[in-house]
Amino acid sequence: MAPSTAELAIDARRLCRRFGDVQAVDGVDLRVRPGGVFGLLGPDGAGKSTLIRMLATVLTPNSGDALIFGDSVVHAHRRITPRIGYMSQRFSMYLDLSVSENLEFFARIRGVPAALRRARSASLLESMELAEFSDRQAQFLSGGMKQKLMLASTLMHEPDLLLLDEPTTGVDPLSRLEFWRIIADLRAAEKTILVATPYMDEAERCTDIAFMDAGHIPHTGTPAEVKSLVPGTLFEVAAPDPRAALAAVCSASGVTSAHLYGDVVRVLSAPGGPDARELLTHMNAVGIHATDVQPADVDMEAAFAYLAEQAGDAA
Amino acid sequence: MTHSAHHPLPFISEPTATDSAISVRGLTKRFGEFTAVSGIDFDVARGEIFGFLGPNGSGKTTTMRMLTGTIAPQSGSIRILGEDVVASPEKVKRRIGYMSQKFSLFEDLTVDENLRFYAGVYDLPADEFVKQRAYVLEMAGLVGREKELTANLSVGWKQRLALGAATIHEPELLFLDEPTSGVDPVARRHFWDLLYDLAGQGVTLFVTTHYMEEATQCGRLAFMYAGRIIAEGSPREIREQHLLDIGDRDDSGRLRTASIEDVFVRLVTREREEAGR
Ligand SMILES: Nc1ncnc2c1ncn2[C@@H]1O[C@H](COP(=O)(O)OP(=O)(O)OP(=O)(O)O)[C@@H](O)[C@H]1O
Ligand SMILES: [Mg+2]
Repeated sequence: MAPSTAELAIDARRLCRRFGDVQAVDGVDLRVRPGGVFGLLGPDGAGKSTLIRMLATVLTPNSGDALIFGDSVVHAHRRITPRIGYMSQRFSMYLDLSVSENLEFFARIRGVPAALRRARSASLLESMELAEFSDRQAQFLSGGMKQKLMLASTLMHEPDLLLLDEPTTGVDPLSRLEFWRIIADLRAAEKTILVATPYMDEAERCTDIAFMDAGHIPHTGTPAEVKSLVPGTLFEVAAPDPRAALAAVCSASGVTSAHLYGDVVRVLSAPGGPDARELLTHMNAVGIHATDVQPADVDMEAAFAYLAEQAGDAA
Repeated sequence: MTHSAHHPLPFISEPTATDSAISVRGLTKRFGEFTAVSGIDFDVARGEIFGFLGPNGSGKTTTMRMLTGTIAPQSGSIRILGEDVVASPEKVKRRIGYMSQKFSLFEDLTVDENLRFYAGVYDLPADEFVKQRAYVLEMAGLVGREKELTANLSVGWKQRLALGAATIHEPELLFLDEPTSGVDPVARRHFWDLLYDLAGQGVTLFVTTHYMEEATQCGRLAFMYAGRIIAEGSPREIREQHLLDIGDRDDSGRLRTASIEDVFVRLVTREREEAGR
């Protein structure tokens, strides 16, 4: 049974927002259950940030509405703001305050009690590898350290709903793992998280994802469901010259798409398209040596490329 | 690229520092008491795609700013394309390009105006600008959008415009600081195709990234940690060197091949443990 409106963390209906001639968000319906980690994917310029800003009540929709825990972003934003945390893509810390002063300041205005502020700040700085720089002014941090400071600041008060717009851009691999550990803890504490991300390994960690394109959300589902939208079989080709192998497989008939992933080529073969042996034969015929061709599970990277291409063709 | 040891040609001498695109010795940068870059040495061959990796705050951008002559080191030497950058940073300015961590584009200028601005920075003669502008617009896929305001472009387009601006003067060596951060997976792939095209034309690329599958596509890598280089080599060498280190076994008990991401995590974890935590 579908949960009733009041039980949903986010219930967006026909949400629209225009900027000049551009319809950035074009009639979006989105339902997010409480207690999940919801990933928002999509090509650059798909409208993800605009959608998140409306949900965060910092931007007013032109039409449509969204209910956050049952309250309207249009009519009741005062009831919503205390329950949400929003991290935008822009750096919004005080450059002349130190790392710990920034955390203290933003937690205080969000009403986090003093004892809790100290404890959380210490533990977040530790896990974000910022502890030894807690006295450094924000302006002197590296790009990724600034990003991690914003992330820590957003996590200081533990709101019921976190809206995170590409929180890990420029963040190193180890800190990203740490960030996802924190997200898992929040989820265990039954918080809800909506996160836009360009990292497909992060998308795999979400309980549900929405794929957004040109202001619409054509697909939602679990990561497995979204990946199952991709027709055909994925193969991984290992070759001494992966770029040459890529060019070679692209010319095979029945190949939907191919891309380089690290040092292997991932090839999506259409239903009824070439199998591993036929791919090898094709490459041999055009004079390209491949050492191995193996079937592989469709990953989010392949799903993203497929969905983006489809959306592009439809446009 | 020339390995005279394997193919002894009498008229080619052993590679020296002047043959490399970049040659760095003992490079150090302090900010007050804090040492951001701590006596690093490395060489980058011409035509190579060199990946510069490391955790946040390990000194990558600081190093790049010294290499491009934006800030001066406390000590150490830097030779870029055979020139001494510490002594005369101006000498190589026209021969190198730099795409910084925050794409340095003017949001309130059009696509065309941004290209014009960078052509001006590099004193590009008018006829060359016409030629390069056409090339750059084509490469970036921005033909027909010359009059668009940069602020209205999505991240992927801005990124390609920034690459165009950084290459408008046909540099021999290009510095790219996290060029693909925050760019969607498809646009990132296109961008790497562009980088490979540039490398194919003989341009040397020095690039930082936090995407480990991009790192795997570089010819050679260096790992920074707390201002020092802690590992160096081709992606394959680095993975093989750290295979035993990692020692992970799959279900059938075979040693699992380490990915660059595994290596990254292990190296950093090991350094942190050694630092006494
Ligand atoms: N002007 C400055 N004053 C003081 N410290 C600085 C200054 N510029 C950089 N630093 C410090 O130097 C260290 C290295 O910074 P750098 O920007 O080089 O890191 P990075 O490796 O590029 O990191 P990221 O991956 O986050 O971009 C950081 O601790 C940073 O805070
Ligand atoms: Mg940097």
